[in-house]
Amino acid sequence: MTLLAERHEAELHEHEAGHRSGLLYWLTSTDHKVIGKNYTYTSLVFFFLAGIMAMLMRTQLLSPENHFVNQQTYNELFTMHGSLMLYLFAGPFAFGGFANFIVPLQIGAPDMAFPRLNALSYWLYLSGGIIMMSGFLVAGGAADFGWVAYAPLSDAVNSPGAGADLWIVALFLTGFSAIFTGINITATVFGLRAPGMTMFRVPIFTWNMLVTAILILIAFPVLTSALVMLYFDRHFHTHIFEVSGGGVPVLWQHLFWFFGHPEVYILALPYFGIVTEILPVFSRKPVFGYKGLVFATLAIAGLSTGVWAHHMFTTGVVLLPFFSGMTMLIAIPTGIKYFAWIGTMWRGAIRFETPMLFAVGFLVVFLAGGLSGVILASPPLDFYVNNTYFVVAHFHQVLFGTAVFAGFAGVYYWYPKYTGRMTRRWLGAMNFWTMFFGFWLTFIPQYLVGLHGMPRRISIYQVSDGFTTLNRFSSGGAYLLGLSGLLFLINMYVSWRRPVPAGGNPWDGGTLEWACASPPPHHNFEKLPPIRSERPVWDANHGEPELARQGPSGVTVA
Amino acid sequence: MGHGGGGPKTYRGYAIEARIFLGVALFFALVDGVYFFTSKENSGSTMLVMTVFLGFLPGSYLWWWGRHMKPRPEDSDSATFEESAGTVGAFPSSSIWPFVFGMGMAGVALAFVFGAWLAIFGGALGLGGLVGYTVESRRGGYV
Repeated sequence: MTLLAERHEAELHEHEAGHRSGLLYWLTSTDHKVIGKNYTYTSLVFFFLAGIMAMLMRTQLLSPENHFVNQQTYNELFTMHGSLMLYLFAGPFAFGGFANFIVPLQIGAPDMAFPRLNALSYWLYLSGGIIMMSGFLVAGGAADFGWVAYAPLSDAVNSPGAGADLWIVALFLTGFSAIFTGINITATVFGLRAPGMTMFRVPIFTWNMLVTAILILIAFPVLTSALVMLYFDRHFHTHIFEVSGGGVPVLWQHLFWFFGHPEVYILALPYFGIVTEILPVFSRKPVFGYKGLVFATLAIAGLSTGVWAHHMFTTGVVLLPFFSGMTMLIAIPTGIKYFAWIGTMWRGAIRFETPMLFAVGFLVVFLAGGLSGVILASPPLDFYVNNTYFVVAHFHQVLFGTAVFAGFAGVYYWYPKYTGRMTRRWLGAMNFWTMFFGFWLTFIPQYLVGLHGMPRRISIYQVSDGFTTLNRFSSGGAYLLGLSGLLFLINMYVSWRRPVPAGGNPWDGGTLEWACASPPPHHNFEKLPPIRSERPVWDANHGEPELARQGPSGVTVA
Repeated sequence: MGHGGGGPKTYRGYAIEARIFLGVALFFALVDGVYFFTSKENSGSTMLVMTVFLGFLPGSYLWWWGRHMKPRPEDSDSATFEESAGTVGAFPSSSIWPFVFGMGMAGVALAFVFGAWLAIFGGALGLGGLVGYTVESRRGGYV
């Protein structure tokens, strides 16, 4: 119970320092918590923008031969929807927002290793995001070649105009932003852990962020150099991806997917980490299979870099057995993770608070998405459904499962730490159930319509195609998802207008971020509990016998 | 709750950290060997070689450094906070230069879309930001 006294002391300190705000504070702050919040809120803005684009597309597909938006606008919409969701929401939301805010807190550090580099990452990300969105304002419209920008579709002849160039330079900026954050997280975890926080006591969330950082260091430089080549092809008359000049278009696919497949694990691993934090807290048990989870994460990261060409099975120039086998191997460490997650909940005293609802929702949604991934890993089946809505449904299921279900679980879990306020439980439950049903209603019809042969990225289909009913269901589900997003915003608004104070540790969490006040004071910790396991706050609050003998530590580390 | 059991344990500095990166190098060396000799495909093999270096360079540096340093309190199972008394590091609380430098880089990026004239403004801003950033750390004074 020493922590309680320390917490009040920390809160007192916070009030003495006074609340700092204002534009200059926001522009100059290098505090990891301010930057983390900036990342979280900015990426949520991009999430809702991309969600609106998705609903515009679903409205276009509501009826056969519909003319709600024209073909060109539709191309821009699906390109920007994918780009915003993948580059500007799913990655930065977890790896920029939660990683910045939570990782230093979880390892007992006063800040990130390079606070100013951290600020630079955010400004590059923000400016890159604005530049990408500004494509809608220029003549010719935004980029319209899909988020993968395949050559030769992305060359200067097929995609003229400033929108495509804006897309390229925007990715260049956000790519550097991600690389800097990756370096920062690696250095922080390696060099700024609190005494006693050995690598095998670091919480799984931070482990996953570290592995994600290494994946980013492997993957993003490849994307950045591929973008430079693409720009050269478009403007400086090189022929790297052009057949007419002796280039190889499929090289773009190799380069892009060498980035792109680790990228989808860069989008998934942080969210696995979030879920691994939430399940033990709301089951009131320690995480089951700690080392198994660490090694499974490392194995997933390693394998994910060896499977890039499973996106290219139908090009006919890749080694099918190698990539198919490597892809199926990923199911093994992922299965270990599921085993550990279920083992964590097994016989636990489960409380279905909002974060737990979303975390369990993630388990269900991601499992089904992963299984359809095993189907796609088999080349004969992939040949059959490649480029149909089956693939669209598959990757939405895995990415929506991670970035949205697990992401919202993280928002609801750490919102009290971010703001010192609680969200409303009933609104959170409504948010969850509308999202859960909306999700299945949107994407199960897409699997079916894909099996019936509907290609992706088409804006118009005919009555005779027989896609109408399934598309109607899918669009209805998309509107339900929109309603769910609205409920989330209402929940945030209510907690903002009528705050319910959270206190330092509302969920009875065990990791170090729950040892400081909510929101945490500048440079985080006045005092830390002794670190003798991967959940030191739990030990301090619930009295591990060994620790009770040692007495309170309480030495200032700031 | 301890892992492994037994008495207090202290890892050598960066022992696990170095192994992670060296593991990256080793794993991709194996994958690249299999991939190159089965597919004879150049681009992927090259990228995998680069990944081997990416793991080997920091991994071997950390390994070497870990052998030449005292064990750190964060690598000890039973460390107390007294062992890490002193300055943890310098953490600037605020600085305008990342913003200036970032906006300069955004300006330079836009020059590749809208014309080279933008690079003058972007470059000036970026250079100013870079100088400010560097001078600020050398003086050790943070605004």
